[in-house]
Amino acid sequence: MSMPFYVPPEQMMQEKGDFARKGIARGRALVALQYDNGIVLVAENPSNNLRKIGEIYDRIAFAGVGKYNEFDDLRQAGVRAADYTGLQYSRRDVEGRALANKYAQLIGQSFTHESKPLEVEILIAEVGHEKESDRLFHITYDGTVIDEQQCCILGGDAEAVRQRLKENLQPDAPLSHAIATAASALSGPDRALNSEELEVALLERGDNRRCFKRLSHDQVGELLK
Amino acid sequence: MPLPLFQPSEDPGSNFNEFIKKMGYLPSYTFPGGSIEVPHGTTCVALRFVEGVVIAGDRRATAGNRIANRDMEKVVQTDDFSAVAIAGAAGRAMEMIKIFALSLEHYEKIEGRRLSLEGKANQLSSMVRDNMSAAMSGLGVLPLFAGFDEHDSQGRIWSYDGTGGRYEEHEYAAIGSGSDYAGTVVKVGWKSDLNETAAINLACRALWEAAEADSATGGPDGLRNIYPIVALIDQNGWRRINDSDLAEIFTSIAQEMRTR
Repeated sequence: MSMPFYVPPEQMMQEKGDFARKGIARGRALVALQYDNGIVLVAENPSNNLRKIGEIYDRIAFAGVGKYNEFDDLRQAGVRAADYTGLQYSRRDVEGRALANKYAQLIGQSFTHESKPLEVEILIAEVGHEKESDRLFHITYDGTVIDEQQCCILGGDAEAVRQRLKENLQPDAPLSHAIATAASALSGPDRALNSEELEVALLERGDNRRCFKRLSHDQVGELLK
Repeated sequence: MPLPLFQPSEDPGSNFNEFIKKMGYLPSYTFPGGSIEVPHGTTCVALRFVEGVVIAGDRRATAGNRIANRDMEKVVQTDDFSAVAIAGAAGRAMEMIKIFALSLEHYEKIEGRRLSLEGKANQLSSMVRDNMSAAMSGLGVLPLFAGFDEHDSQGRIWSYDGTGGRYEEHEYAAIGSGSDYAGTVVKVGWKSDLNETAAINLACRALWEAAEADSATGGPDGLRNIYPIVALIDQNGWRRINDSDLAEIFTSIAQEMRTR
């Protein structure tokens, strides 16, 4: 009987991590940031049908980058978990933090135990009743959860995007400014992204039960003028 | 509870009812013979007018001869463009509406677009059918579904039978113990060119007459400021008529009764 080769755990994790990072870096980046009335999520996405950003619950949005089928499965699981918790208990009992922990558990488990880790990075954004209670939970391919402040960048080339975003970041800026900031951070100095290449959605602070709102290309174009 | 993930062959897709069945939320009850006394909800009507639909219902729930509840909300908005009115065993009815509304929102979030109005009516039909064994033990629930069809730009109404049978009504529909009275009033007053105000007045008049003749239907309650729920759905979505406007309408109906 042949024995499987021994692979030291450091090496295995390293290689799985490299594999996942490579997969994620192939896709375009995504940015979420606070603006004066909530959180705006902006993704570079040439498709108008295969979405990276979705509504999870009244105050919670999902964003994912990497392999589409993998993060879309995760999105659907999140909608199900949230709707089920809301049905069993109350709508108020659905919370971004609890959901982020569930995602971390699942993604971390898959990173350690599956032969192929998930090639995704996701964000659970939750808009609070006040600015201080906004939450951005960034979950990486190995299940690490990062509680981000003000802004969050997912996807390939994140460091460069972060540098560009930091230069213009103003958490009290109006929506149009926030979207312009995000778009220029995503595009970099050598090119410009037009509204057709952007997927934009909001979590709008306010009295509406459902805070999630998707902006059409036309609306984005108007705001970028 | 971990995140609910399914094998592709087991995946409930965007169907919320299938999903909660898989999670064990809807156990398949078997009902023994006999019956238990539970509160019942009563009269609701829906009628079409030129721009949309009006849907209305009284607020009373009764258990036998006892008034069990005076301010029950039997007409419920289920999404931006639809509403359900319900008659029958109150507890199961409210649960059914809650799950129905959730299932519409769930579909919208999973698929990224709303179900068509006919799709919604069908979904409700399967929920009524699932309740059939309970209906056989006296815990039946009969909904009335009304909404604005964004594709056809018109209001539409569906009524149901206990087996989940689904019937589109082209003028009006009434359900519950006072439905004969309310339905007759609407039938006599209905015209194809009803405007919004006339449709609202007609719905109020129908509920008034039902409350006059049927002890299980509650009338306008000025003492406690409880009025029937009257709402309209048109291209701008759902709008509930506020209580002060309803108070005025019912006052003028009472006035008319006094002087005729």
